[in-house]
Amino acid sequence: MATIQMPQSQKKPATVQKEDAMLLQKEMINRNYHELATAHETGRKVSATFVPGNLNELLMCFDFARSLPETNALQNGMRKKSGKMIMDAERDGHSEDVCTYVKADLGMMLQGEVGPTGEKLPRPDVLLLSYTGCFTFMKWFELVRQKYDCETVMLHVPYQGDGHISPNMREYVVKQLKEKVIPTLERVSGVKFDIDRLRQYMRESTKAEEDLVAVLHSAKNRPSPIDGYFGGVYYIGPIFTAFRGAPEATEYYRVLRAEIEERVRAKKGPVTPEGELEDEKYRLVVEGPPNWTHFRDFWKMFYEEGAVVVASTYSKVGGVYDFGFRHDPDHPLESLAEYCLGCYTNLNFPQRIDMICRYLDEYQADGLLINSIKSCNSFSAGQLLMLREVEKRTGKPAAFIESDLVDPRYFSAANIKNRLESYFQMIKQKRAAAGAAVH
Amino acid sequence: MKLTDIVARCEHLFEDLDFNAVKEWKAAQPGRMAIGYMPIYVPREIIHAAGMLPVGIYGGGDQIEVIQGDAYYQSYICRIPRSTVELGLTGRLDCLDGMLFPSICDVIRNLSGMWQLMFKDKYVHYVDVPQNYDDSIGGEFYAHEMQQVREDLAKLRGKPITDDELRAAIAVYNDNRAAIAELYAYRAQAPWQAPTSEVYLVLRAGLVLPPEAHTQLVRDYLAAVKAEQRPKKDNARVVLTGAFCEQPPLSLIKSIEMAGCYVVDDDFVLVSRWLREPVPTDGDPLTALSKAFLHHSVQSSPKYDERREDKGKFLLHQVKTRGAEGVIFAAPSFCDPALLERPMLQEVLAKHKVPYTAFKYAENTGQMAPIREQAGTFADSIKLWSAA
Repeated sequence: MATIQMPQSQKKPATVQKEDAMLLQKEMINRNYHELATAHETGRKVSATFVPGNLNELLMCFDFARSLPETNALQNGMRKKSGKMIMDAERDGHSEDVCTYVKADLGMMLQGEVGPTGEKLPRPDVLLLSYTGCFTFMKWFELVRQKYDCETVMLHVPYQGDGHISPNMREYVVKQLKEKVIPTLERVSGVKFDIDRLRQYMRESTKAEEDLVAVLHSAKNRPSPIDGYFGGVYYIGPIFTAFRGAPEATEYYRVLRAEIEERVRAKKGPVTPEGELEDEKYRLVVEGPPNWTHFRDFWKMFYEEGAVVVASTYSKVGGVYDFGFRHDPDHPLESLAEYCLGCYTNLNFPQRIDMICRYLDEYQADGLLINSIKSCNSFSAGQLLMLREVEKRTGKPAAFIESDLVDPRYFSAANIKNRLESYFQMIKQKRAAAGAAVH
Repeated sequence: MKLTDIVARCEHLFEDLDFNAVKEWKAAQPGRMAIGYMPIYVPREIIHAAGMLPVGIYGGGDQIEVIQGDAYYQSYICRIPRSTVELGLTGRLDCLDGMLFPSICDVIRNLSGMWQLMFKDKYVHYVDVPQNYDDSIGGEFYAHEMQQVREDLAKLRGKPITDDELRAAIAVYNDNRAAIAELYAYRAQAPWQAPTSEVYLVLRAGLVLPPEAHTQLVRDYLAAVKAEQRPKKDNARVVLTGAFCEQPPLSLIKSIEMAGCYVVDDDFVLVSRWLREPVPTDGDPLTALSKAFLHHSVQSSPKYDERREDKGKFLLHQVKTRGAEGVIFAAPSFCDPALLERPMLQEVLAKHKVPYTAFKYAENTGQMAPIREQAGTFADSIKLWSAA
């Protein structure tokens, strides 16, 4: 058996239990923050871009240190720092109605640009505005540009309104990459574009994508060895952010896959912050992003009841790999276009519903839970129809809770817990009714 | 036609949420079709070229009780999709043979997919527009998108749409835009003669009338107001911005005027003024429409501003060319494009020392006293500053 060269985690789990891979991804992310903080000192240029439609392999071709503002906001949310940032942004004139990721980011700037790990983040040299699946992204980077006056390059990714990617859409994205994005990145970085370098990163991406998909698919087992939502956000961390295409991400996913496959062999349940879940009672599919400000409390409401999320749509927001898409080093730019066009929130409503129904079936889930996020119209607008449509098609119960991404004012633990308890009761009754019908 | 009759007709069309004008148009000739569209912009020329009636669907305003529509949306989503769903589910949009959902925001974008599921027997299409403004990149993409609409509508009517039909439609809409431009110029010059509460109704009539009839209506209104002598008040001249999608109730527009503001420019019903120059009627018609979008369309928050220095240019242009003394930011609650844009525009206005005020509304806002007070205070402050 080959020895896996992975940095050993320096952190010892204290009261909170985590898989090794979870700790390692946290260290990778912290290391990236340090790289960002020291980028300008070390002569590196800094890029900022969004998670959906994130062209990490391309940015690496120009040696950029890579910042992702949503990740900064969610990290600040998990560290309980986002509430004040949002209020600062609102005091600065931003509406209470708009996305709290944006306000947390702008609030962080107002507070002196200190990042989640306590180090000062640099001003980006270029904003790669990948307009993929979310209108707000466009305004977000216009707002950042307004403040920093930094170079901004737009990559407009058309929406799959008719439920497919047309050649026109693909060509449009490729043309933008060739004629706008790459020349701008070359100019800002001073590094000439090398397509073979891009191909090499994509080869790494493909390996990581294979392993990620194996991990996500492992939830089809009973018991599921993973939680595909709460645990899932750790698993997608490297590949959705500054690491896809980097050898360390490939290694991370190899280790993660091995760890999960071992859990499957041992018939173990997922690792939760309070240890392994031993009695899987409910298998759920979740639609929508999680709440970050009370992430652990939120998760606890599930594992305390024996509920495991076997598949989630949020874990596809930075790329849908589980239906076969892989970055293709033989067609690098076309493949980047396909990747952007195929991200979850760039799919139309019927496609999203089909995906959820497929998950419910393939993962033998008991039902669908929608966590509707106030900040995120891209996800949330129409979710009540989604709920009804999924119930109608699958006959499985669906439930609806509401929270926000990083605004602690919109997390009502008691309400959510009540709804979840009722939902679990409903699943139990459905099962009992089905059992009675069989007998 | 008398001015009061014209305004009464427009008001009747505005209030008729059963779209009888559309039904009558269809009934006049068997086989006629009507295609609905939502804000902010679709190339209506293609619908007209297909011999179909383009019908603007701008929600239910304050005249409809939303019952079913509310069951589809959380409390933090704006009102226009709810009332639009209500219109659909109550059969009021049965007269439409299809719906176009333009790229404006995530809510309307998602509504396109919802509509596909809810009204399976209708033609439904999401109209994407480019955020890249190079002819060879965004221009080509957009021309292809329009070609798709052209082919879809051709299929609906059972025969292709020719270039000549498209050119003729472009000419019809050029004329319509010219008439509206004339009306807007006149209002800016003499807002006491053509109050916005009337101009708005005239504009709204264009959402349900054939463009030729609407052009005539605009010209008739203009001729009729010019023939009247209305009292001039010492009002503040303002530009109203942010109301490009969900429209404020008519009573809100009246309240702003009653509070001492003349609205000398706005972004209501932008589809009728989206293209700022006449579109060439020779050459390839879709290329002409594409170029007009890329190079001569209104700057509005659903569109990307390529350069930082472009932010707010159009609003400043409105302020300067219309002789406005201030700006009212009036945005629907939970409207991402308008509310995210607002701080950037406010910064630009502050730099140019243009006073502004801001509030939110919903299409069914009923309490006008706070709006009246705020607009009144704003008008007073403008008068005080300008006197100083």
